[in-house]
Amino acid sequence: MTGRAVADDASRLGLSGRIAMVFAVGGLLVSSLLAISTLVMTRRQLVESREGAAAAMAVGNATRLSNQLTPDSTIEDLPTIADSLTRLEGGQRIIRLGDDWLPAPELDHDDLPLDLLERLEQRAAGQVLAPVRGDPHFVVGIPLTAFDADYYAVVDLVEVSDTLDDLRIILLGAGAVTTVLAALLGSWASTRVLRPLRRIRGAAEAIAGGRLDTRLGPQADPDLDRLSDSFNEMARALENRIHRDARFASDVSHELRSPLTTLMAGVGVLDARRDELSERSRTALDLLVQDLERFNRLVNELLEISGYDAGVAALDLSEVDIVRFLQATVAADPALVLTIPPTTGSLVIDADKRRLARVMANLLDNARQYGGGVTAVILEHDETIRIAVEDEGPGVPETERHEIFDRFARGSTGGRRGDDGGTGLGLSLVAEDLRLHRGRVWAEDRSDGREGARFVLELPLTLTLANSDVEW
Amino acid sequence: MGQHCGVSTRILTVEDDERIRTAVRLALEEEGWDVKETASGEAALEAFTRQPADVVLIDIMLPGIDGFEVCRNIRRLSDVPIVMVTARSDSHDVVAGLEAGADDYLRKPFDPKELSARIRALLRRVRTDDGPPTRIQIGQLEILPEEGVVRHAGDDAHLTRTEFRLLVELATADGRVLSREDLLEKVWGYDYFGDGRLVDVHVRRLRTKIEPDPANPRYVMTVRGMGYKLQA
Repeated sequence: MTGRAVADDASRLGLSGRIAMVFAVGGLLVSSLLAISTLVMTRRQLVESREGAAAAMAVGNATRLSNQLTPDSTIEDLPTIADSLTRLEGGQRIIRLGDDWLPAPELDHDDLPLDLLERLEQRAAGQVLAPVRGDPHFVVGIPLTAFDADYYAVVDLVEVSDTLDDLRIILLGAGAVTTVLAALLGSWASTRVLRPLRRIRGAAEAIAGGRLDTRLGPQADPDLDRLSDSFNEMARALENRIHRDARFASDVSHELRSPLTTLMAGVGVLDARRDELSERSRTALDLLVQDLERFNRLVNELLEISGYDAGVAALDLSEVDIVRFLQATVAADPALVLTIPPTTGSLVIDADKRRLARVMANLLDNARQYGGGVTAVILEHDETIRIAVEDEGPGVPETERHEIFDRFARGSTGGRRGDDGGTGLGLSLVAEDLRLHRGRVWAEDRSDGREGARFVLELPLTLTLANSDVEW
Repeated sequence: MGQHCGVSTRILTVEDDERIRTAVRLALEEEGWDVKETASGEAALEAFTRQPADVVLIDIMLPGIDGFEVCRNIRRLSDVPIVMVTARSDSHDVVAGLEAGADDYLRKPFDPKELSARIRALLRRVRTDDGPPTRIQIGQLEILPEEGVVRHAGDDAHLTRTEFRLLVELATADGRVLSREDLLEKVWGYDYFGDGRLVDVHVRRLRTKIEPDPANPRYVMTVRGMGYKLQA
């Protein structure tokens, strides 16, 4: 059966990652916008107030200069007059009188912006914002109309740009902090938003893991509540269906038990009196005995399987000493060689002895069927217990290592089995029993490089069952 | 008891399915046992009251009074070995059957050879291979293996035959710990893979009969990870 997958074209980043990212980008945009507008406005304000102050001073100074100059004044008189003019911090003045220039301490008339010089040649006042010796300056030029003289005030904007630099750093920092905070907020919000989704995921995983009665509780959000309702509806339908199927298999197997009991007792009587039977009858009886045994196994295994499917299979736990268990397991068959680490003392775990015994019987049957010759049973243990069953058969092709644990799976080499007594359920029961024990089983190549299959079953040292103590 | 007086062992079976009942009777008769078959719990109790059997085989699912009830009623009358037959695969029936007083159980469908083996094991007397002492005294507990008698502080403790054999195995172990598997083999004749719950439930029943305070045992001690021992 192929299912239809319903999926978004989700990006590599998870949903929560994406939400955090959206928050971060949003934070970055908002803080950048704020920073830029703050910078622009602050700069305009600072420059305008500086300009205003400089222009006022320049006009005042030009007027005063004009008042103090006489037509006979020469360039030599100028410094005295200039000294009496108002000073603005960071401001310098350059004065032209006729063809002579009174330079500022650090500036010369060559440094003045050309367009302003041209403007003053037209005898018009002007002010420009221009770089002077590389730094931004505000330059005001006022022609002294009564004389052939000009007054220039050059005011540096270094202070303004310093302030703006500081402000830029502060805003940059604030922007970074805002972005990080937004990302954190986004991540927190996404965690909150996704919590119901995670709950749904947990519940789905629980159902997939066999806890079919898992349901979601009511959700605060109406949309999520609807989702949760649909989920529960689906889970209920699934549970009913699985239970119905399992009950059917279980009922069938149960119904078969009574006739099987009669058959086995009846055939047992015949078998006890086989000497009274003819050769032909004995052959027929032998066929009956063999297939009855196989039938019996099949019914028992179907019952077990239906127990797993209905989710009612439970472990009858008792203390099992694994070393003694393995010794007892191999005791009956001289073709089995048991290897136990020499340092192993007693290795007692809580387990279902009946199920473990069946697991081993099934693995050993499997090895007998396909393994040919000696079978090694190897115990290893550290944080887990691993019991390996190695045979000398052709091994399990890599492509089949998974599916041989499926129900009624038959290896490609095996085809339909003949009279080997296998039911086709053995290995799937092994996998189910291991799952109940919180362990697992897998097939691999032999560890010593020789040909043959190696089935490993892994059991935890301590069994922690957490079936119904999880609340969703 | 039947087999020891030269008379054939009498087995009472209770099974409502006629075909199973007949087939099981035929199989048991192959062993040379005398089988009395009944189809209901009421009929079984009546038959047992009229003439006690050496072993009782009870199917749990019966019309009218069920197998557990039949078991409890017979237990009140006698220490006869009882084998329960369960059709359900869940372990609840097994434990309930044992607590009702059954000595052993079988799951349907069962091999008639297995049934015979179970019955023979339950009919075994206390092992006499190393000649058990004729009297064992542990605290206020007095065990007379030959006579099959246990007294606690002078009072007769009425043990079933299986409980008695369990107690004697523990008492003759000289304080050693016996694992469930040891006890399964010695008392029930099972190999290593027998059901350890047989031991656990029987120990529990034994404690209610010989312990002054069954919840805090003084004689039959549980040794975690190993098994049981009798404390002197």
